[in-house]
Amino acid sequence: MIKNISNLGDAALYCDFGNEVNKSTNSQVIKYFKAIKEKKIEGINNLTPSYNKLIVSFDLKKVNFKEIKKYIENLDVQDSQNINSKKIEIPVCCHESFSLDIKRLEQKLNLGIETILNNFFNKEYFCYMTGFIAGMPFLGDLDENMRAQRLETPRVKVPKGSVGLTEQFANIYTFESPGGWNILGNTPINVFDSLKEDKPNLINAGDTVTFREISLDQYKDYNE
Amino acid sequence: MSKNYFEVIRPGVNTTYQDKGRGHLYHIGIPFSGAMDNRNFLISNKLVNNDLNSAVIEFAYQGPHIKYSGEKIKIAVTGDVVFSIKKKDMEINCNCYRSYEIENNDEINIISTNKSVYGYLAIGGELDINYQWNSCSINTKANIGANYGKKFDKGMRIDLKKINLSHDVKKINYINTKIENIRVIKGTNFDYFSEEGKKLFYESEFTVSKLSDRMGMRLEGSKIENIVNTNIKSEGLIKGVIQVPADGNPIIMLSDHGTVGGYPKIGVVASVDYDRLVQMSPGSKIKFKEINLSDAETLFKLYEMETQNLLSQI
Repeated sequence: MIKNISNLGDAALYCDFGNEVNKSTNSQVIKYFKAIKEKKIEGINNLTPSYNKLIVSFDLKKVNFKEIKKYIENLDVQDSQNINSKKIEIPVCCHESFSLDIKRLEQKLNLGIETILNNFFNKEYFCYMTGFIAGMPFLGDLDENMRAQRLETPRVKVPKGSVGLTEQFANIYTFESPGGWNILGNTPINVFDSLKEDKPNLINAGDTVTFREISLDQYKDYNE
Repeated sequence: MSKNYFEVIRPGVNTTYQDKGRGHLYHIGIPFSGAMDNRNFLISNKLVNNDLNSAVIEFAYQGPHIKYSGEKIKIAVTGDVVFSIKKKDMEINCNCYRSYEIENNDEINIISTNKSVYGYLAIGGELDINYQWNSCSINTKANIGANYGKKFDKGMRIDLKKINLSHDVKKINYINTKIENIRVIKGTNFDYFSEEGKKLFYESEFTVSKLSDRMGMRLEGSKIENIVNTNIKSEGLIKGVIQVPADGNPIIMLSDHGTVGGYPKIGVVASVDYDRLVQMSPGSKIKFKEINLSDAETLFKLYEMETQNLLSQI
């Protein structure tokens, strides 16, 4: 449930679902996101779900905070509402040319390469949200012993396809971008394709993701 | 290939196609984009008889120099812009906020914006460009929009799909006013900052940094001290949000901003001041003034009425 609704500026609502970042809070966020999106309410021009918040932004020429707030407070969101999630497998190559921060991770986590990879690949991840850059999925939760901080100095350029870790999350750089995540490998898959306008994102909030290790040869031969 | 087209002789520093932008995509990480200064964008289209949301050419600081081939058309430039039109052996210094007729072989040279950042060149007709999610707006970070999501390049062509019927010169008297204060509404993390920090936010003067672009405007000046946490759990952003990272220097999110962010939000720029905010060039001084939500809504309504009134005079 929404704990509190306030205004973010004069053209957005800030819906707070509580301080906890876990699957159950996030599932509530996603349910509201999908319910509001489905209604196609005149004036709402964007919805941004995140771990525990939902931002609803609107066109101030058409509606205002009070009207949208009232609408959302009275919205009937069924607890059983199907969030309609997919299961996706992402191939990842951890060849040394891709795993830019493996040495740092060994040191920070105090684990050997094999253990790190084993932990990383033998896990199911939940997509909490996508964003920052187009299509980037925020996937959780890594086990406690796999949680490392961001790089002290972010990279100016992280290569497209890089798979990175920070704290309880893994992510995928959908295109070359600055960034500070610990890079473990690279996927040959296009996780974001702006030419597929109806579904540019391979991974959406609420989806389940697993990673499968592939060799450098498989990486090079990979055809989508 | 169309028979009516411009060739880009000099692209300018950050020249893109823009329209009203694209909505409903924040949840997948795609920002709104669109013309930075909405009022000047609309006026430019009206001056050449275009639909108000037609694609225009947006430039920052130095604009493009382009040469035309084809049938007579109208163009107009808005903003605070120095530009000229070269016809045969004659070069005419031109004024913003009126339409000009362009003939075969004429050249438009947009020399610079004057103590401002963005200007708009509208061409009377329809540009032959690519749309993604119902918008041509170029987002150079995600390579979305017309021209493969890239800014203008030397030698590229601007093809026209169709041109508007000839019309009389249209003009309007308009001066871009500067404002001393940018009005803001308290942000959702306002209480993360020390009493001294909050005071400095409203009372001290900030300078617009050179590290500002369509994504964000960085400010320098008093450091705003955070006493709770310099990070929050990443959450959604909208344009106008003022984030303060650990170094204490505020950053204002602009039209191409990242859709989520993890720095505390001290304030949000009121919609009424957004068009004028984006025009503040590096080195300009900014002071923030707090207003409440209902004042912000009223002020925006008045601003919008003024915009509609200007458009109706054209």
